Order: sequence, then C-alpha cells, then structure tokens
Amino acid sequence: MATATFKIWRGDADGGELKEYTTELTEGMVVLDAVHQIQAEQAHDMAVRWNCKAGKCGSCSAEVNGQPKLMCMTRMGDLPTDRPITVEPLKAFPLMKDLVTDVSWNYEVKKRIRPFKPRRPDFEDGSWEMHQSDVDRVQEFRKCIECYLCQDVCHVLREHHMHDEFVGPRFFVHNAALEMHPLDTEDRREDLRTSQGIGLCNITKCCTKVCPEGITITDNAIIPLKERIVDQAYDPVRKLIQLVTGR
Amino acid sequence: MASGTTSLPVRSTFGQTMRTDSWWAQPVAVGVGLVFFFGYLTWAAVQGEYYTFGNYLSPAYSPELFGDTPHALFGPLPTWWPAWLPWAPVLILWAPGGFRATCYYYRGAYYKAWFADPPNCSVGEPRQSYLGVWWKPATWNERSFPLIMQNMHRYFLFFALIFIVILSYDAWRALWFIDPATGEETLGLGVGTLVVTLNAILLGGYTLGCHSLRHLVGGGLDVLFDKPIRRTAHACVGCLNRRHMLWAWTSLVWVCFTDLYVRMLAMGVWTDWRIF
Repeated sequence: MATATFKIWRGDADGGELKEYTTELTEGMVVLDAVHQIQAEQAHDMAVRWNCKAGKCGSCSAEVNGQPKLMCMTRMGDLPTDRPITVEPLKAFPLMKDLVTDVSWNYEVKKRIRPFKPRRPDFEDGSWEMHQSDVDRVQEFRKCIECYLCQDVCHVLREHHMHDEFVGPRFFVHNAALEMHPLDTEDRREDLRTSQGIGLCNITKCCTKVCPEGITITDNAIIPLKERIVDQAYDPVRKLIQLVTGR
Repeated sequence: MASGTTSLPVRSTFGQTMRTDSWWAQPVAVGVGLVFFFGYLTWAAVQGEYYTFGNYLSPAYSPELFGDTPHALFGPLPTWWPAWLPWAPVLILWAPGGFRATCYYYRGAYYKAWFADPPNCSVGEPRQSYLGVWWKPATWNERSFPLIMQNMHRYFLFFALIFIVILSYDAWRALWFIDPATGEETLGLGVGTLVVTLNAILLGGYTLGCHSLRHLVGGGLDVLFDKPIRRTAHACVGCLNRRHMLWAWTSLVWVCFTDLYVRMLAMGVWTDWRIF
C-alpha cells in the first residue's frame, strides 16, 4: 500500500509547528480524505473545517504545498509524494486552531457593501424585463462559493495586512455582481475607490489563478470596476464632455 | 480586523514560501523578456539608421515624420532640432510605449517580475509598506501618485488606435514595389510584406483587445440589449481580450522582429525574397 507523508500545521495564535504524519493512500483520495484519516488514526484533536467534500461549500480552504486550494478538490494523485506534503491554514486571516482560521472579517466586510437596489418595476405586476445577454456577464460572479482562497492569496491582505483599507478580490467580485446588474441603480464607485481600496490591487491575477470556480476575477470583475472608477474620478475629458453635454 | 482575540500570522520575508514548484521561473522569464524586447526597441529607436528598405518601413519609425526617404511625411529633420535628440522616441514612441507601460497585462507582469510585488503568488515580497507615500518608492501603490497615473491608459489607447491605422497603411505600402528601371510602382509580395502585415495584425489584435477599449465600447453599460452595435463591439473586444497576454507578447516580439528584418535588409545582411 502506498503511503504519503504530510507536514500539517498544528497550533494556535500563540504558536505552533508543522507536525509530520504518514498515512496510507487509496485510489481517488483527496487531501481532505488524507487529513481526515490522520485525524481519525493519529491526531484526534486536529481542527479542520469541512462540509460538502464536493468543492461547493468553500469550507476546507487551506494551503497545500504553499498554494491556496480546497483540500476536497486537491487529488493526491496530482501531488508529488516523494517528499512531505505541507498543509497549512490560510495566511490572510487570524488562526484559531490547526487548519482553522477566523474568516469572520469577510462577513463584516460584506455588510458594508451597498445592497442591490433595483429600478422601479417595468410592469404593473411588479416584474422587470431583462435580457439574457445582459445577465450573462454577472452570472459568472454568482458562482463564487466564498472559499476566500482569493482573499488568502492577495498580497495586499496576506503580506501587507491592509484589512482596514482593502476589501479584497472576493468583494470586488461581489461589487461587480451588483454594480453590473442590469436592474441595479446603486452607485458603488466612490466606496470602491475610497474605503474599499480597489486602487491597491495591482492586477497580478493571483486571485484568478486560485479560484476553484474558475471566475475570471481580475479581467471580468476588478479591471471593469477600475475602468468605471476612471470614468468617475480620473478622466477629465469625460468630465468635460459631461459638463458640456449634460450627459 | 474585526476580531480582537486573535492576530494575523507573521508576514513572510522576501522569497519565503512553502511552494515546492519553480515559482521563480515565470517572473524571471517575464522580467528578462521585457528587458530584452523593450531594450531592443529603445536601442532601435535612438539608433536612427537602417529603418527603411524600399517600400518597407520599420514600425519603430512609423510614421516617419522626418527623414530622407520616400516615407518621410515632412521631409528632412528641421535644422533647429537638436542633433543629439532622436526624433522617433520623442515624437512617436511615447504613445505605443505609454500604451504598453499602462496596459493592465503589462502592469501585473512587471510589478511581479521587476518589483517583486509580489515575486509570485503566495511568495513573500521585499516591501514592508504599501501605504503609497510618493516620495518613498518602496511604498507606492496604484491609489496614490505616481502610480495613480496608470489610470491614463485609455488616453494612450486613443493614440494606439491611430497607430493601427498608420501601420495598416505601411502594410499596404509594403505591397507596392518601385521598379528600379522605370521608377513605376507595381503590386508585389515579398517576405517583408508578410512581416510588415503580420506586425499590423498582431498589434491590432493587442490594441483591439484592450481592457479600456472593452469598457469604452460597452463594458461601462449595464444594459446592452438595446444597443446592438455596442453589444457586438463589446463581444468582439472581449473575444480578443481573453487572450490579451498572448497578443501582448506576440505583438511585442513581432515589432522587434519587423524592425530587425527591415534593418538587416537595409544593411545588406539579408535579402528580401519576392514571392511575386
């Protein structure tokens, strides 16, 4: 029977270390299976957050060999087993215990984003007319499972700890889903530019690379929002045209 | 942070990571590639010689505003122009150069490759501050001066679009060869014609796939259903935009090669092969 050696982070906010565990591998195993096996057989008190085991709940986010990944979607067959596989908690959030971090900051950020504000209904029965081609663009953003891997890999949060000034890629995607919605009338550009710090994003596309849902975060959400902010704040010619034409 | 009971992990030091792959290879390759190709173009633009051969004109000198060749729009360089100042970079190349320097793809690429900001995803970076104090380059970000000027990208785009028209005209001119015996222009096709034409096509693919253009043609609107022209334009630009990095690199490499090809012909090192 094949085996693999893991180095799993054990500890809490006060400190910890990578502890080594060796476990047997079975066909089709994912990293979460291996971690559960280690938990069951060798480390009963190891904390790990998980739920669906199908890449849809976003609970089992961790760093496998230094790369932010969903443990349930990372197949052991895709990892080299000739050396220990490291499994660590997310780095952009406070550590609670072992592989579990406190991601509640994200919930607080989400509350600050201006909610959906639809225009008046188009029809007397309170419904609206929308066309699929206009909805298609925001549909991509609805795939987000809030695993926060994009938040974890973003260097503004991960390395610079600018949580007070920057909301992170996840919430630019959320903003884009609302801002580009064909029925929405709210203007979130000033918030994005100031309190949400979109200017801190330097478009290195790490968020896009780690997204397990394949959302094109940088190109389809962040850059279009940056361009809308240019319209609003950094384009004097457009301002002049608006001043002259009133449009 | 909302939580007051726990603290964030200690930030990484430069290059610190648990990644086991060759994470350094991509930024090194990109950084060296950018230095090489932009370095070549800069040299070519200030060099001032061997940039035309018959009906071929190097893109580094197009449009040829001043010169002694039939391509020159305004004749010889004015006498008041300082001899030490190359005209091509000053009068022409600031526009395509600025367009590439403020391009969303290149920004991400050179922030990583040249400024290690970060060196690669989930790898520790050298900068300890990201506050954006303009007199401290180590703190710069795109929210404050000078990097806030990256938002000028759409203005460079307008000039870049004009250059696509000019380079397309160069491709057209590259089809017309002057018969040395009669002095008449005849339609023909040389390898140089293909090189110059492909240059215009690749630069067109890069420029027309620009993120700012995608925004301006329709991306800035939430409802495009009732605007069929803008909806189609948005879809077309979006189609090119999906491979923006590929267009950026191929067009950059081909601009350099086009200049090199014309230069080698002008120096008599290579011979242009006429297909007809």
